[in-house]
Amino acid sequence: MKDLNTILNSIDISADWIGLREVCENKTFRYIRDMNPQSNTRSSSHGVMVEVLSNGQFGYSATSDMSDSGINRAAKSALDNANAGSKNNIFNFDPSVRPKAVGTYNSPFIKKASSLSPGQINEMLLKSNKFLTSNDKVVSASSMAMMVETEFNYVCTNGSNANQKFLILITDQAVNVKDGDVFQTRSMGRMGHQMGMEALDEDVVMANCEKVLSEAIELLSAEECPTGNMDIVIAPSQMVLQIHESIGHALEIDRILGDERNYAGWSFVRLEDFGKLKYGSDIMNVTFDPTISNEMASYMFDDGGMKANKEYLIKDGTLIRGLGGMESQARSNTPAVANFRASSWNRAPIDRMANLNLEPGNSSFDEMISSVEKGVYVETNKSWSIDDYRNKFQFGTEYGKLIENGKLTKTIKNPNYRGVTTPFWNSLKMVGNESTFEVFGTPNCGKGEPNQVIRVGHATPTCLFENIEVFGGV
Amino acid sequence: MENAFKKISDKLFSSLNKDEVLMLSISGENSDFCRFNQSKVRQIGEVLDSRLSLSLINDNRICHGSITLSRDLENDLKLAEDELDRLKLEVTQLPEDPFLVMPSLSDSLSEKNHGELLSSNNVVDAITPIIKNVDLAGIWASGNIFRGCSNSMGLMHWFETDTFSFDFSLITKEERMVKGTFAGNNWDQSRYESYMESSIEKLKLLERDSVKIEPGNYRTYIAPAGVSDLIDMFSWNGVSESSIQQGQSALIKLKNKDRLSSCFSLEENFSSGFVPRFNGVGEVSPKVLNIIDNGILRNTLISSRTAKEYGVDSNYADDGEYLRSPQMAAGDLDERNILKSLDKGLYLSNLHYLNWSDNLGGRVTGMTRYACFWVENGEFVAPIENMRFDDSIYNFFGQNLESVGSQLEFIPSVGSYSSRSIGGNMCPGILLDSFKLTL
Repeated sequence: MKDLNTILNSIDISADWIGLREVCENKTFRYIRDMNPQSNTRSSSHGVMVEVLSNGQFGYSATSDMSDSGINRAAKSALDNANAGSKNNIFNFDPSVRPKAVGTYNSPFIKKASSLSPGQINEMLLKSNKFLTSNDKVVSASSMAMMVETEFNYVCTNGSNANQKFLILITDQAVNVKDGDVFQTRSMGRMGHQMGMEALDEDVVMANCEKVLSEAIELLSAEECPTGNMDIVIAPSQMVLQIHESIGHALEIDRILGDERNYAGWSFVRLEDFGKLKYGSDIMNVTFDPTISNEMASYMFDDGGMKANKEYLIKDGTLIRGLGGMESQARSNTPAVANFRASSWNRAPIDRMANLNLEPGNSSFDEMISSVEKGVYVETNKSWSIDDYRNKFQFGTEYGKLIENGKLTKTIKNPNYRGVTTPFWNSLKMVGNESTFEVFGTPNCGKGEPNQVIRVGHATPTCLFENIEVFGGV
Repeated sequence: MENAFKKISDKLFSSLNKDEVLMLSISGENSDFCRFNQSKVRQIGEVLDSRLSLSLINDNRICHGSITLSRDLENDLKLAEDELDRLKLEVTQLPEDPFLVMPSLSDSLSEKNHGELLSSNNVVDAITPIIKNVDLAGIWASGNIFRGCSNSMGLMHWFETDTFSFDFSLITKEERMVKGTFAGNNWDQSRYESYMESSIEKLKLLERDSVKIEPGNYRTYIAPAGVSDLIDMFSWNGVSESSIQQGQSALIKLKNKDRLSSCFSLEENFSSGFVPRFNGVGEVSPKVLNIIDNGILRNTLISSRTAKEYGVDSNYADDGEYLRSPQMAAGDLDERNILKSLDKGLYLSNLHYLNWSDNLGGRVTGMTRYACFWVENGEFVAPIENMRFDDSIYNFFGQNLESVGSQLEFIPSVGSYSSRSIGGNMCPGILLDSFKLTL
């Protein structure tokens, strides 16, 4: 990484604020399918985003030319852009939206990335793949591991000097099985965490393989998911998407302010709803929490320099706070959280989710199941879609069980459900306790123009919702 | 960058051992972006990015790497050599790959589409005067995009294009929206103003109070932009031969015995020149490949790797076996008679957030979005509140497809995940006897 402070001091332009954000990332993807290597790929990305504030407008220039002259050229270009945009800008910003950030963050891990060689990782993936392909009903089986090593350096003319290092592991085991005309898929959902190569612990990986394969075979002879309104118990592996789509995106202040209306969309939430809207039932508590160890989007500062702290967004079912960084705070006069983030050096920060969690409740898994007379239990997201106001959603899952008279009974295939956001969350009847709580993260949250895909974390217990529209496949 | 790519290629190829084969590709852009909200500038800037990808083959093993290029040739040669050294160390540790495809030598292609683009300093002055009295959100993107491909057998392809796009939504006070995309290779201020005036004029159609539609099956017209979204679904567990072989495709039923409507034909057609014909490893695809012909699946997209694995013939699809330049065939529905032919039902201009709700069953769910109307007696009655649909390709491109529009519309790809997209879809509108709304 470059000595950014020296370069910053050499920039010769007249501006109200200048910031340099250098990102260096190595993403290594190893993938075995049907006992053959499909990918051993390392993608390295390195560049700097120069941001300049002039006449109330930020302008940016992203460049991979890391030389002093390259960054100086980018600074001049960013200044020109800021001045051009300031002629007709939506808001006059001042330097207060870029607070001073000084400190370091190192994501937690036990085994560093280099502790396993490429050959050893392939051996592990082959071993898991051998198990997954051991059944003659298997059409295709895959085993993957993705290691992401990222370092951010952030310096600004306000004295900011922050360094943050991340190691993230994303793994998956998946099978496609077939019996006659029936095809089914089962996977671990391709989720990730801030952790080291301990994520490839052989016992854990092989246990995942056993679950995936046995449940896939179960699905081949399973009944179709029933159709009708009924209770649904949703496991954390699906709650992740439910929280992400129907809470996270809806609460992003830049969406509420209309920035996303041409792409991902608007939000049914309005600024006047904060402090008033009954988003869900009284047992619904949602937090923005970039401080949880191992969760994928934990960090110390966002990309605008704001210090990350835990904040309640929904308390006892009432909406109290949104997901907006310092720029959104200035525009909307609502309190900020540290969620002003960019996908890399070549994109400008916008309001993102980071870690968005549903706090645990008081119910055990057995208590939730035993309270249901007729319903379904579902695991692992397979399909997702929601409207541009984040109201009408439909989700599909990989695996389900019937709940009959308080007991889990038959396995069911193709479980789907649909609903509308606030009626759905107000039908939240029971929230699982710590024993049902799991931490997940996904690397694929898309948003923004130009488009950016970013890593987010979601931690959640299992939950019971009553009287939801449930249905199966074709 | 073309010369730099050639010099990097020469340098790396000269440092290979006799058993090693190297494939290189480059992609990059010099892009200006300006994001608008309420017809004012929200964010403005530029991105200069270029990426070199290396694939090293040795002893039936392969590994891949990619690096960001700094555009300083001396520095980039060093970065590329370091990456090649890393690959040389890694490749010997990897398992053998029985389906590895060795690169071949073919005629080199070079295509450059230069245009006259708006300079970044003039964007705000050129774009904003005509939109000052409307509420617009959108993204301006403009600049040079390049792709290149070479290998140590001697192949060298280059593709370069100057493009711009202004992708926008116009929004009424009642929060109803009209979508527009003004795109091309040469900026023409008067054409832009004419296009924008026409888009603003469409807002008048949305002034009437909206009506709420109940879930059910409706006679429906889907305009080309909406059809383009449906066609995109074929690139996701659809036309890929690998996906079919692995039991993950919605077209498995089509490959076995089912048929879509005889009105529905789809081809991969590179004759427009909007995207390069060469794929990521330099293979040149046929100029036209018939995918679905009058409802019958004629070809899937087959990469050389898939061909080797499953014993079929390659048609030089890219690794992901997605459509790169799809064109749906036009039909005989005269554009002037769309509303009359629809008579009573839904006119859907755009769709939103599509996903397979039952991939193998071919069922797709998504939302209506933007200017969508209830039509009676062949006339617009009122805009509708957005609705969720959940229906099968075997219905809307199959038994419920009544007729297909006679004019194709180019729907440009304006996506910019990691880098700006090029190309787009050529689509007509479709008239359906029935379309299923669920929520």
